[in-house]
Amino acid sequence: MSNEQKKYIFNIKLKKLLVLFTQIFILILILFLWQYLSDKKIINSFITSSPLKIIKTINNLYMQNNLFNHIFITLKECIISFILTTIISFIIAVIMLYNNFIAKVIEPYLIVLNSLPKVALGPIIIIWIGANQKAIIVMALLISLIVSIQNLYNGFISTDKLKIKLLKTFNASSFDILINVIIPSNKENIYSTLKINLSMCLIGIIMGEFLTSKAGIGHLILYGSQVFNLDLVMSGIFILTIISILLYLIINTIKKAL
Amino acid sequence: MNLTNILNVNNLSKTYHSKNGEIIAVNNVSFNVNKEEFVGIIGPSGCGKSSILNIISNLDTKYKGRINVNKNIKIAYMLQEDALFPWLTILENVLLGLKIKKQLTKENKDYTIMLLKKYGLYEFRKIRTLAVKPDILLLDEPFSALDYQTRLKVSDDVYKIIKEEHKTALMVTHDISEAISMCDRIVVLSKRPSIIKKIYDINLENKSTPILNRESPNFTYYTIKLYGRR
Ligand SMILES: Nc1ncnc2c1ncn2[C@@H]1O[C@H](COP(=O)(O)OP(=O)(O)O)[C@@H](O)[C@H]1O
Ligand SMILES: [Mg+2]
Repeated sequence: MSNEQKKYIFNIKLKKLLVLFTQIFILILILFLWQYLSDKKIINSFITSSPLKIIKTINNLYMQNNLFNHIFITLKECIISFILTTIISFIIAVIMLYNNFIAKVIEPYLIVLNSLPKVALGPIIIIWIGANQKAIIVMALLISLIVSIQNLYNGFISTDKLKIKLLKTFNASSFDILINVIIPSNKENIYSTLKINLSMCLIGIIMGEFLTSKAGIGHLILYGSQVFNLDLVMSGIFILTIISILLYLIINTIKKAL
Repeated sequence: MNLTNILNVNNLSKTYHSKNGEIIAVNNVSFNVNKEEFVGIIGPSGCGKSSILNIISNLDTKYKGRINVNKNIKIAYMLQEDALFPWLTILENVLLGLKIKKQLTKENKDYTIMLLKKYGLYEFRKIRTLAVKPDILLLDEPFSALDYQTRLKVSDDVYKIIKEEHKTALMVTHDISEAISMCDRIVVLSKRPSIIKKIYDINLENKSTPILNRESPNFTYYTIKLYGRR
């Protein structure tokens, strides 16, 4: 390797590190400032809470309130709705891909359903399904399904026609075409749809838990706000952030495995 | 030469319909292809040459007329456009046809690898088409993307492959000299809607490989005749 090349590589690494350090620095600065301002009573920590209070609250939850049960419940709901969304929307997108008539018929329904604020359906879900975990999962499905179908379908139909034609010269079946062209050429799209599905499901689950729940992170946040315990609310949000990072890492691992 | 007729196209017509109107692409075209014969179709761009191959290969099933293919005759089609699957290796690309046809046996794989070694990676599209062991190859402007020098060389190679592997070929081109240098028979189509202007039997003296055929004394004779027809 020539010296110039070494220097070039070094510079790239340096820039990467610099970005990372700045990001970490900003995070620490915010936390520090937050703590400092509430210690000095410049901001009202009753409303804003503070990093130390959040840690204390989470510790209390862990000691007295079965914290991991709440996390487990939210995670479980989220993963179930994520898997259901992915499977159902994949099947529907494939059906639409191979049946132009169905696709044309469904399309306006999807658009309207997509623009409808799903929270508005909350009361109906509760009445039809009952105030239970199923209702929470249905809420998440309502929120994530349509977007997922549209993303997958749009990717599928923009697959290179020539590659499909080539496979057809070898008498490929619809299934062959799906496996050998549609899926491989949509890998990136499928992956980004999975990521979107995940965050949509998490949103749906929290909304569902706000609507009706006996446990879960959404339940903790709602309860905290009802008793005006902002430490609890902030702790809930913090835990949610950790959960979404965790889930994101899982998807990343799945992507690498594919 | 064994003159068994293995493919015949009878009164073939093709009309494309769209919102903007209809396009009659092929009008009442008939011709035969015999075993181990090299037949060319020439005609101006847009006259319906690819359409004819799409129909013979069964990619397009909406047409008028009759296509008769002898029993047990397998047809393979090399498209005009290049399609490489970037997520597959070259070998996987070449084996794709066999995979789709579920004929990815050890024997077929070895045969394909042998073809690759013999004729080179550069010919992967032709080899992908040959790998499924067809009897008839439909070639749609197989050399059109190449510069003139390469084109001569590659057409020589492809001719060799087809003759050595005892295949029958139906080749579309718009290059008259190329057609004369390679084909035993040439179907000349008119502008759209294409009808057959004439079918020529090419009887070159000292017929050998395409490049040498261009030196044949009556090569010019055919060239003038075919140019006159266009
Ligand atoms: N799928 C299609 N829909 C409508 N028109 C088409 C279609 N395919 C080809 N055509 C028209 O039919 C004519 C013949 O096309 P083609 O067979 O590709 O010609 P060639 O291969 O001789 O250049 C052209 O005018 C083209 O525009
Ligand atoms: Mg063409």
